[in-house]
Amino acid sequence: MSRHTLSVLVENKPGVLTRVAGLFARRAFNIHSLAVGPTEHEEISRITVVVDVEEHPLEQVTKQLNKLVHVIKIVELEPESSVHRELLLVKVRADAATRTGVLEVVEMFRARVVDVVPDSVVIEATGPAAKLDSLLAALEPYGVREIVKSGTLAIGRGARSITDRAFERAVRSA
Amino acid sequence: MTGTPTPAQIAARAEARDQVRTELRSRVGGKAETEVAAPRVGPEEVTGAQSIVRSLEEVGAEVVFGIPGGTILPTYDPLMDSAKLRHILVRHEQGGGHAASGYAHATGRVGVTMATSGPGATNLVTAIADANMDSIPMVAITGQVGASAIGTDAFQEADIVGITMPITKHSYLITDPAEIPRTIAEAFHIASTGRPGPVLVDISKSAQQERTTFSWPQELNLPGYHPVTKPHSKQIREAAKLLATARRPVLYVGGGVIRSGAADLLRQLVDLSGAPVVTTLMARGAVPDSHPQHLGMPGMHGTVPAVAALQKADLVFALGARFDDRVTGKLSSFAPLAAIIHADIDPAEIGKNREADVPIVGDLREVIGDLLPELAKEHEEHGKPDVEGWWRQLDEWRRTYPRGYSQPEDGNLSPQHVIQRLGELTGPDGIYVAGVGQHQMWAAQFISYERPNTWINSGGLGTMGYSVPAAMGAKVGQPDRTVWAIDGDGCFQMTNQELATCTINDIPIKVAVINNSSLGMVRQWQTLFYESRYSNTDLHTGHGTMRVPDFVKLADAYGCEGIRVEHASDVDAAIKRANEIDDRPVVVDFTVSRDAMVWPMVAPGVSNDDIKYARGISPAWERED
Repeated sequence: MSRHTLSVLVENKPGVLTRVAGLFARRAFNIHSLAVGPTEHEEISRITVVVDVEEHPLEQVTKQLNKLVHVIKIVELEPESSVHRELLLVKVRADAATRTGVLEVVEMFRARVVDVVPDSVVIEATGPAAKLDSLLAALEPYGVREIVKSGTLAIGRGARSITDRAFERAVRSA
Repeated sequence: MTGTPTPAQIAARAEARDQVRTELRSRVGGKAETEVAAPRVGPEEVTGAQSIVRSLEEVGAEVVFGIPGGTILPTYDPLMDSAKLRHILVRHEQGGGHAASGYAHATGRVGVTMATSGPGATNLVTAIADANMDSIPMVAITGQVGASAIGTDAFQEADIVGITMPITKHSYLITDPAEIPRTIAEAFHIASTGRPGPVLVDISKSAQQERTTFSWPQELNLPGYHPVTKPHSKQIREAAKLLATARRPVLYVGGGVIRSGAADLLRQLVDLSGAPVVTTLMARGAVPDSHPQHLGMPGMHGTVPAVAALQKADLVFALGARFDDRVTGKLSSFAPLAAIIHADIDPAEIGKNREADVPIVGDLREVIGDLLPELAKEHEEHGKPDVEGWWRQLDEWRRTYPRGYSQPEDGNLSPQHVIQRLGELTGPDGIYVAGVGQHQMWAAQFISYERPNTWINSGGLGTMGYSVPAAMGAKVGQPDRTVWAIDGDGCFQMTNQELATCTINDIPIKVAVINNSSLGMVRQWQTLFYESRYSNTDLHTGHGTMRVPDFVKLADAYGCEGIRVEHASDVDAAIKRANEIDDRPVVVDFTVSRDAMVWPMVAPGVSNDDIKYARGISPAWERED
């Protein structure tokens, strides 16, 4: 199994996420993470989906996704030519005795504290998945109480825009 | 990187961007006032319900197979006044769906079915799944509860868009009546273009009742839908080269040839290439069975020559076929020596089951149309390929393993004989519509098909009960042709209520019930793989049983002519009599032997090399070497 990140540009219509997620389930593909949100074109939403599959089934799922009427474009973002980021919010035990240690870890990972109460803090961090894993490992000894992650977001490096190109293509054919 | 932009620069950029966006949005968003020519029809002030009926009329629908109910009632009111739409009141929504499918099969046009919300819609599910598997152009229109009640578990509410998402090509939920005309135009476009399939349009009762405007034609807004029809010329040249040099080629023809209307062109390709051709269950009739290069049907119950040809081929050219497990047997041992050219309009089919050496995405009419001159050019430059040795081999298989069957030992009627005679006496201009099971396989094997769209069956989903309603739809679409439903006693009991629809609406189909008093194909598997332990396959409809139900009496109850045939000597007379009756449906109850089995057979999960010509008889492959 290898990990692949797909950017799926879809029409911003009700039920699109269900169609995409349903397709993965139906064709027996495991979604590692999925994030969805608007783009600079209000008619287009972007789904970033990370899957663990072999090359051949990946091609098959991409073709099947392309058959969904609401899917406009699919781009696989290779790690070397794109930026991958996740957002992490984590609640960690931190009382007077341990707070300094926790804050040192926060400092080291260039994370931020966004909420403090006497016995815990909420830390916000962004980065590639590996960095967030290391941060969590460093916080583990203090007592991680709650984790929430955004799922991976990814964008290609360089000046080219896949949304513009997809949008133009959509317009050309309209 | 530039420095901080000045406010003027920011404003200029924003303006430029807005300009581009407005332009783009007007086109992608379908709000292109500048682009749409003045509508041919409208704008008219109408209700949503009237808008549905007007849209169906304008999109060219002729027939709707449906049943009204609470949430689709507003639409049935203006439907009553439509002079262009014929609505046929079916007795069960599944029947309506299969009828739309049979209509689409027989005519190549989009079949339309209509139902109410909740159970009406869920009853359509089987027919929609069936159409999806067999790439049938169909539009299903369902009522939905009022927009404000959606999601409240209201009476007769079902999330039919959600339920059918995996089994439709696309689907819509409409709560705004203004969307009705464009959506129906899109639904018909999607259903009938690219790889055809079913599209569901679910319309809330409130949208049907509200006032709106109707105009036609509609601009489609489908930025993500671009079926590729024109094949890549490089791949066409590559295919021509392989086909011109292969020593043991086989044309493996699937239902896509029929859907694309490419049968005439395919005939030219067959003649030009000199290659043997096999037609799958979905493609029977794509090449005339009388064509000397036709080896018959491949697959689990295919002919020995067709199966063997694929196994020994050095080139398999798949045209609108999808390497289904019923054709390939054990996939890893299918056509092990062959290079593969795979042409299909659906890119996802290519490489799905079997890697293609030459993938061709395109409409088969265009694919074959482009290929013919390329192949002719290859022949001109390099001469015709030497396939003589291959044909010697193929002809020997044909001589040694012809189509055939043995007479049942119990002395009862042979089902193969019945079906063969039915085809011979009715002829190639008839349309034959099967259910699913043994009778379906025999009908595929023992009737000679000479034209496309004359063989209609449920191939992919294998839907028992398909035959009677699909035959009804086919007869509506082709009223001048004789339409035979070839059904089993099991299948027939699933959907025979549509005989009422046939009688009342003057749709004189003919039904041959191949009555072996059991779920025959399941029984055959029990015989072969479960030590003849017949668990729950006895239906008590044949001779020497209680005959529950009595199909002749049932036919009578439905206003049909009922005929019973128990002896071989009565077969021809009964078929002739049935063919002469044209003022009401006919049901012929052929009570046949229950021990007859479908041969040849590749047992499930084994290699096609292990095909059995008949029980215990394996072809001798050594001959070929």
